[in-house]
Amino acid sequence: MNRRVAITGIGVVSAVGLNRQQFWQSLAEGKCGIGPIESISTEGLRFQHVAEVRGFDPLVALDPKEVDQLDRNAHFAIAAAREAVDDARLELTRELGERCAIATGCAVGGKASEDASYYELYAEKKTRFHPLTIPRVMANGAASAISSKFGITGPVWNVSTACSSANHALGQAFAMVRGGQVEVALAGGCEGLMAYGFLKAWDVMRVVAPDTCRPFSKDRKGMVLGEGAAILILEPLERAQARGARIYCEIAGFGLGSDAFHLTMPSPDGGARAMSMALRDAGLAPEQIGYINAHGTGTPANDSTETKAIRAVFGDHAERLPVSSTKSMHGHALGAAGALEAAATVLALHHGLLPPTANYTTPDPECDLDVVPNVSRAVRVEAALSNSFAFGGLNAVLAFKAPASL
Amino acid sequence: MDAVTERVIQVIAKAQHIPVETVKAESTFEELKIDSLDGLQIVFALEEEFDISIPDEEAKALRSIEQAVAGIRQLLAAKASATA
Repeated sequence: MNRRVAITGIGVVSAVGLNRQQFWQSLAEGKCGIGPIESISTEGLRFQHVAEVRGFDPLVALDPKEVDQLDRNAHFAIAAAREAVDDARLELTRELGERCAIATGCAVGGKASEDASYYELYAEKKTRFHPLTIPRVMANGAASAISSKFGITGPVWNVSTACSSANHALGQAFAMVRGGQVEVALAGGCEGLMAYGFLKAWDVMRVVAPDTCRPFSKDRKGMVLGEGAAILILEPLERAQARGARIYCEIAGFGLGSDAFHLTMPSPDGGARAMSMALRDAGLAPEQIGYINAHGTGTPANDSTETKAIRAVFGDHAERLPVSSTKSMHGHALGAAGALEAAATVLALHHGLLPPTANYTTPDPECDLDVVPNVSRAVRVEAALSNSFAFGGLNAVLAFKAPASL
Repeated sequence: MDAVTERVIQVIAKAQHIPVETVKAESTFEELKIDSLDGLQIVFALEEEFDISIPDEEAKALRSIEQAVAGIRQLLAAKASATA
């Protein structure tokens, strides 16, 4: 079976908006959600800024017991899942639940919960800490909680592949819907990483910017961590049309592969291969792509390497191809990154508006693409790609087609 | 109501996110809809409240407020005589 697959619902919790509408509004305005960390101390860290989710009340989507049993990343995921299911007007009957998949990308699980318990153990020398530390820490906590909450008994799993986690989750869920293994999928990602030890681990790797995230800019100094979640509803195009669902766009292809190069440095070949594979899988020619949501972390290494990869795949077309990094606004949310970016890409196609690369100051000859600097651009494009190029060389690219092409 | 029972009731009501008035000295865990995960959290909260260590077998066997109170009294007494 090889069915076309539509995106019919989106839910988001992010540093630039606690729901889909706020998220999109911020991206459309080029509004940046990076600021000084509020929830924990940054003493001893070289950076003070993250894209933190502020003002989120877990009790809106969860009951108090669920809040206790799960880490923040799962709180975000459940809220996003709730919004997505409602947005799609998806009726999850028991029968449909059996034919429904959940695939989340969560790279590091409940870091804040883990950190808090270990602090009590090692620093405060306590003899006991919270007994639900394990369920809070497990990276599948969100996926399992969404399953219980919505009565979904089909295939449910979590993917942990660093910055590509959510793209891998979305891609695999897409394959299952396309191939007929399931009738609908809730797919995306979640991450909550406000734990001092974890932030320190990023600090010492010296890839985090001390100022802000400026992808593709000559004065870029690194990435900025973010948190949040996004869940998308995937269902067969025919099914969506038959029930009169609002169709955001089509998810048309998935390309993936490994650099086999270096533990942290990216290789342009790996990214290029994944993009080419996504195009082939979607049956798209490079010239049909009108927008790329870049991995665009803002590190010196990624942005120039990604530029090379894009030029290798798109040739002359790269001169006219807008490429922006929304990490400049919602931060690098690790496991959730691909999901936030898929949401941004889908909404860009739906609204005919390309989100900008925020905080852009100076052109870099090594990143000489049209990066849609600072201001969003109204243009209807036929198709788009969303890139995730992770640590460990794992690349995952999603291809989307605009509703007009349906 | 004695102090230990009152404190146990407070701890359990807080852990379960239910009003204190709904927890009675005679309540069973089943009546209060306390499942195994809830039970774990309640044992932890009681240990923290009274600064005691509840052994595994006793923790697993807990089924009612009365049982919890009796067990806690024993542990408190043992603690008192150990430090005496």
